[in-house]
Parts: sequence; structure tokens; C-alpha cells
Amino acid sequence: MTGAPHITKEHIFALLENVKDPEVPVISVRELGVLREVQVIDGKVLVTITPTYTGCPAMDTMKADIEAELRSAGIIDFEIKQVLAPAWTTDWISEVGKAKLKAYGIAPPEKSADIRALKGAQPVVECPQCGSTDTMMISAFGSTACKALWKCNACLEPFDQFKCL
Amino acid sequence: MISGLDRTGRKFPAPTMELKEALLTYALRRGDDNLILSNRLGEWCGHGPQLEEDIALTNRALDLIGQARNYLQYAAEVEGKGRSEDDLAYLRNERQFVNTKLVEQLNGDYAQTICRSFLYDAWHLPLQQALTKSTDERIAAIAGKAVKEVSYHLRTSSEWMIRFGDGTEESHQRAQTALDALWTYTGDLFVQDEVDAILEKAGIAPDLALIKVAFDKTVDTVLAEATLKRPADGFMATGGRQGKHSEYLGFMLAEMQYLQRAHPGATW
Repeated sequence: MTGAPHITKEHIFALLENVKDPEVPVISVRELGVLREVQVIDGKVLVTITPTYTGCPAMDTMKADIEAELRSAGIIDFEIKQVLAPAWTTDWISEVGKAKLKAYGIAPPEKSADIRALKGAQPVVECPQCGSTDTMMISAFGSTACKALWKCNACLEPFDQFKCL
Repeated sequence: MISGLDRTGRKFPAPTMELKEALLTYALRRGDDNLILSNRLGEWCGHGPQLEEDIALTNRALDLIGQARNYLQYAAEVEGKGRSEDDLAYLRNERQFVNTKLVEQLNGDYAQTICRSFLYDAWHLPLQQALTKSTDERIAAIAGKAVKEVSYHLRTSSEWMIRFGDGTEESHQRAQTALDALWTYTGDLFVQDEVDAILEKAGIAPDLALIKVAFDKTVDTVLAEATLKRPADGFMATGGRQGKHSEYLGFMLAEMQYLQRAHPGATW
């Protein structure tokens, strides 16, 4: 591989927009806040990612998908680094990402994730189907580590909620 | 094995252990706690009292296995002998596991499973909170992540304790029975030895006496709301940190480690 001086950070970010969360395939790793940093040093691409939940099995898939995306663009000199700190928070999900989650039928997390929000009273969660706030939690844990199960008392549909973390 | 241990709580002998060895043991303890509890919770998979709870238990198990991996990876790196997290999980014998005795206890009924998690969470959260301030950057990073997940665990296990205790006569009775049966194992959560002393001195780990204060507060608050009675401290079972376990751990490991023992190096 030659230095490939034409590769920039912006190129890589744009390229990695194609890498989606395997569990929620409408949102990219960047919109999810999993993709933390891209650096291009002397033609070598350094990608930094962070896990959502420590045990999330989708992390390995995302890492493999990033690798495949880079290779498909002819980039072979790269390194994908996983970091734990600072710890991922749902506040890092972009506004565009949150809108995509909602359109997909998943209630996005409420704002300002902190310990108080985790331990405090139940949040007001809007039904992603009909928009009613007359909703209730069925289970604190859902189909993946990052979601809880809710149901709407207005339209009676069950739905996933992205847990505030 | 660790030398110079004092299980009776008397003054520790002068530290003779290298910091590195203490750090290795500490990382193993944190990893083993999470690994063993994760396995126990995983035993519920497909057997939960209702679908949502089945999913809830395995979700907790998933968080805990993630935390176990982080600590065991670190232990493997600190040890520096080329062992991997998988080697540590699958190729150590019962006496080499240093988890606290509480987490290896049988699932029992749902009240016992929840009660075991509640007691663990009430200890685990303040411990991980303290570890976010560790002078060891790696441990601080792992804890920073864990604290968010464990907050959620404690919240939900507390809610269940209250629901059981303040529920029907039967649910109350079952929760109290579970609490009475498991209480003896809470002693093991607060046993400190040379490992803790060395790391506390280095600012890596907290004094467990401080964690006990937070534990007591959470337990008392939740049990009061649950109308459950806190058992008196009687004989408190200890020894997990030194690899002395109850009869249940060996059977669990036999099942957990079977594949790697029978087919060394097998991969997915």
C-alpha cells in the first residue's frame, strides 16, 4: 500500500456512514455514537470505536463491518481500536439518529443520560406508532441490551424503547 | 495461592506481595464474580416465569459477561503469561476461582434468584462507583462503563424485592426465605485481605468498609419498603476469595468448562 495521501478523515467518516447497527439497520455507527474518532496519519487510517453495552454482541459485528467497508474502498492500512472511556451514553446518539430510531418503531432515549435518570422516576415515553404519551413499561429489559419493552395504552401496540444510559 | 491471609479480620501481616500480583488477583475476583453470576442467570434462559423476565435475566447475564470479559482480559494482560480471557474462564479449576460465594448459590425459586442479584447489586454498584476513581486507568474505564449497567440492575432488582415483599403472603414469604438463606453469604462480600490492602494503599481499590456503608443503606431502605426483615448477622460464610467454595461451584464449572476440557482449543 502506498501512502494514499488522498484519503482524508472526512472520506472515512462518509464511507462509514454505510456501516449500520446490525440490530437496528437504519442507524449508522456514527449516528449511534459508537464511532468515536477517525484519524489519518501518514496514510494509515485509525478508527476508534466504543461499545454501547459491555456485553453487546453486536460490537464484534460492527467492527467486522467497518473492516469490510474500509477494505471494499481499497483501504488496507488501517487499525480499529476499541476504547471504554469515556463511557458511551445515549446522549451521543445524534438527532438524526433519534429520528431514524423513531421512524423505525423504536422510541428514542430521553435526553441527559445520567445516574439520576437511570434510578429516578419512569420517564415520559412517546409511542413511536401513534405519538401518545399514555404508555407503560412492560419490562425493564428488551430484545437487546440497549432496549426496554413498552406498550401504548392508546393504540395498544407494544414497542421497544432505547434505554437511557 | 495468596500467602499471609487473615480471614478473621485481624490486622494484616506486612505486605509481601508485589503490586502486580495483587492487581492480577483483584482483576480475577472482579471477573469471576461477574462470570459466575452471569452463568447462573443464564441457566434461566428458556425457563423464566414469563417471557419478559426470561429476557430480563439473560440481558443482565449479558451485561455481566461483558464486564467479566473486561476484567479477565485485563487479568490476562497483567499476568503476561500468554493466557487469554477464555483460558482463565475455561481452564482454571474450582479452587482457582476467586468469586464471592454469594454468586455461585443455586437459582432456587424466582425470589431466590432476584434476592441473590439484589444483594450482589447493592454491593456491586458502590464498589464500581468507587472504582471509577481508581488510579489504575484501565480499572477506572471498565468501572465507568459498568456503573451505568449496574445502576440499572440495582434499580430493577430493588423493584422486584419490593414487589415480592409487599405483594402477596406467598411472595412475601418466599422473598423472606430467600433473604434468610442468602444472608450468610453477604459476609464474603466484605472480606478484605492483603490484596485489598495493597491496592487500597496504591489508590487502585477502595476500602470495603466504605462499600459496606452504602450496601447497608440500600438494603435497609429497600427492605423497609418491601416490609421484609433484615436477617441478623450470624455465622457468615467466607472463603470465596481464597478459592474455598460451596459445593455448587464445581458442578457449574463442570458444565461450563466441559467443551474446552473435552475438545481443547475448540472454537466457533
